[in-house]
Amino acid sequence: MSTAGTESLLRQAREVREEELRQFCSRISALLRKEEPGPEALDALRRLFLIVSAEVDGAVATDFFTVLSTAQRFTEDQWLNVQAFSMLRAWLQLSGPGGPGAPDTDDKSEQEGSTLSVLSAASSAGRLPPPERLREKAFEYCQRLIEQSNRRALRRADSDLQKACLVEAVLVLDVLCRQDPSFLYRTLSCLKALQARLCGDPTCVRALLPLAQFFLSHGEAAAVDSEAMCQHVFSRVPAEHFHSPMLAFELVQFCRDSLPLLGRNLSALRRSFPSLLKLLAWNSPPLTSEFVVLLPSLVDASTAVEMLHALLDLPCLTAALDLQLRLSPAASERPLWDASLRTTSCPDTSQDPQLQGLLQHLLRAEASGAPERLAPLHLLLQPMAGCARVLQCAEAVPTLLQAFFSAVTQFADGALTNQLARLLLERSDSLYQVPGYEARVHQVLSAQFLGLCQRRPCLVVELAKELLEFVGSGGGLRGGGSVLTSVVWAVGEYLAVSWDRRCTVDQINKFFEALEALLFEVTQSRPSATLPQCPPQLVTALMTTLTKLASRSQDLIPRVSLFLSKMRTLAQSPAAGSLRCREDERAIGTRATELLNLLKMPSVAQFVLTPSVEVAAPRYHRDTNTALPLALRTVSRLVEKEAGLLPG
Amino acid sequence: MVHAFLIHTLRAPQAEEGLCRVLYSCVFGAENSPDDPRPHGAERDRLLCKEQILAVARQVESMCRLQQQASGRPPTDLQPQPSDEPMPLHEAPRGAFRLAAGDPFREPRTVVWLGVLSLGFALVLDAHENLLLAENTLRLLARLLLDHLRLLAPGTNLLLRADRIEGILTRFLPHGQLLFLNDQFVQSLEKEFSAAWPR
Repeated sequence: MSTAGTESLLRQAREVREEELRQFCSRISALLRKEEPGPEALDALRRLFLIVSAEVDGAVATDFFTVLSTAQRFTEDQWLNVQAFSMLRAWLQLSGPGGPGAPDTDDKSEQEGSTLSVLSAASSAGRLPPPERLREKAFEYCQRLIEQSNRRALRRADSDLQKACLVEAVLVLDVLCRQDPSFLYRTLSCLKALQARLCGDPTCVRALLPLAQFFLSHGEAAAVDSEAMCQHVFSRVPAEHFHSPMLAFELVQFCRDSLPLLGRNLSALRRSFPSLLKLLAWNSPPLTSEFVVLLPSLVDASTAVEMLHALLDLPCLTAALDLQLRLSPAASERPLWDASLRTTSCPDTSQDPQLQGLLQHLLRAEASGAPERLAPLHLLLQPMAGCARVLQCAEAVPTLLQAFFSAVTQFADGALTNQLARLLLERSDSLYQVPGYEARVHQVLSAQFLGLCQRRPCLVVELAKELLEFVGSGGGLRGGGSVLTSVVWAVGEYLAVSWDRRCTVDQINKFFEALEALLFEVTQSRPSATLPQCPPQLVTALMTTLTKLASRSQDLIPRVSLFLSKMRTLAQSPAAGSLRCREDERAIGTRATELLNLLKMPSVAQFVLTPSVEVAAPRYHRDTNTALPLALRTVSRLVEKEAGLLPG
Repeated sequence: MVHAFLIHTLRAPQAEEGLCRVLYSCVFGAENSPDDPRPHGAERDRLLCKEQILAVARQVESMCRLQQQASGRPPTDLQPQPSDEPMPLHEAPRGAFRLAAGDPFREPRTVVWLGVLSLGFALVLDAHENLLLAENTLRLLARLLLDHLRLLAPGTNLLLRADRIEGILTRFLPHGQLLFLNDQFVQSLEKEFSAAWPR
């Protein structure tokens, strides 16, 4: 039974007349030709499918509007669409369960309803409650974006936007899956396809990182093996893209952020440290502080030795990367390397297989477990040592060494500590010669060597052979002699039976002879090019150590006393060729006098210079440099006072 | 979310004298936490804010300078070309670095920067942001500012044109929100801006 209204409509229904159709068409075409049709007119035209939105590659859009859709003119709700998507991730995070702004369930529905109306697409969500509907819509939006980002954009700005949208889509999907694990199954199939697409496309490498993060976060739940992806990201990506500053920064951030998630994949990260160091070598100023934080997680007992070698060779790695870029066949118009360095001074490694091998080792992507000595490579890359980039890297190394040692000493056992100490001595005269680098590294190494000896005093006895060799060779005097000074000091402190029962009189005598010869050499000979001026700290350290050793093996006392009195005489009237200032000479003379006075009372000397552990523990001056002189000065004054009281 | 946007001077890599000056800055977020027990006046907050922005500008300047030195670009690159060609912003030096908590902002933040001849542009972002989007936005802002304000022409006084800069920021970075704008959108917004602020 039809109603009266329906009957009247049916009575009016008839064929559309020709002129009515013509009028309609002319009105529509006038609207379409107008410059600014106004929002209602636009809306009407859209409903009639007379204006459509397009994709970034120019194809007509067949699905709902997103930020990657273009149109001749934009309506208000399309503008709101853009704004809503831009805020979507923050909104989901804040209002999701556990988010800081998570309201009560009653309020949530109202707020999400309003966001929902803006993102409204195809109504496949059905009658779900608002939070779930928002997530469903967000999921569909992200899927569409991932599909749209596969198109070839006509404009460069759109191509950049596609990549940013990819990243955002993956990040939003990550949030969705965290809030509602039921999305995981559908997301995984979509993202696996994306992974295959991105791994083969070098321009999209930055979008790989959030993808890897997603697989790490949800891999366990979905039984997905994230190891291959991690391997690719940690090892291969840095090797190919180290020269891009933004990617380098993002990759290091990814490593830092993923540390809690990595779990058993931490070994994959640790194995790839040579690759990650490439990022640091090329972009040292912004990444140094990041690496200082990352380093403790990169180092473990199996990679510590190789890592120390790698850190000491970091400026050499910078030069090698520069060389690699210059020699690579795919050279772009705008050079990525330092163009001010002329190519003629660039070394040629193609002829020598040994150098090739060493270069490949330096540029390796994974830890090899077998460190190589790169001294020939240092010589080869010498012309590039003055490059600004190499200099910047060299400045970062001391900080990294400090971070390395503070991390390593947390877990190093006796064998590893000995290995590291040996390495310190060995590498101290085998460094890449960048101006100022050796001196700075030596300062760090000397302090760290003392630190190692303090943690493990028996090291001195165990490494006696290496230490003797080091003292005997002339190399320790280069670079300010700071490493040699610490070695000498350590020998004086820890070569005693009280620290290690295995210390023999024979060892003490051998060290004594070596140190005496060294002291003779540095004080008697004139400073020359091969034997630079010896710093006064080294002289006083040598004198003090010789005295300490003599106090432990008392038949050496006469020899030492003779030497010290000679030193005192020399200090009071310095030789013509000496370049030291008056204060230094005076300090040497004072120390010689104090030590001589001390040796006049051998048992007191032993007490002062080799205190037993119980006595040494409550030291009121923690600084070893002030405690001993204080004791010496006190004893000196006592002796002189006593001497004054005696007749004759 | 963007915490702050700033424009500052960049000295030539070889120049030793001269200070880094902040030419324009706009802070979108609030730095003070409500449970800060110390009494704070508006003046003190403003000064603190200025100091923080200057600290960021100085760091950006040194990063830019180090990058320029490392890539071996000649110092004459800082002089603007006399022609009216659009600047090749995709090749301009750019980078990102992290600011640790407390230095100088309370929370850890990331800075994305872009250097165009003698001017530096920087965005201070929250620690975990879409850096691709931030980089694109920064490039867009730099292009708009350079085009519409003729920032590199001699005799331009940037300090007196803050209202125009705000006009651009209101449309393209409203309240510090990074927007996903495709090229068509940018064009229509730019048209709107040109209509509101004729050159």
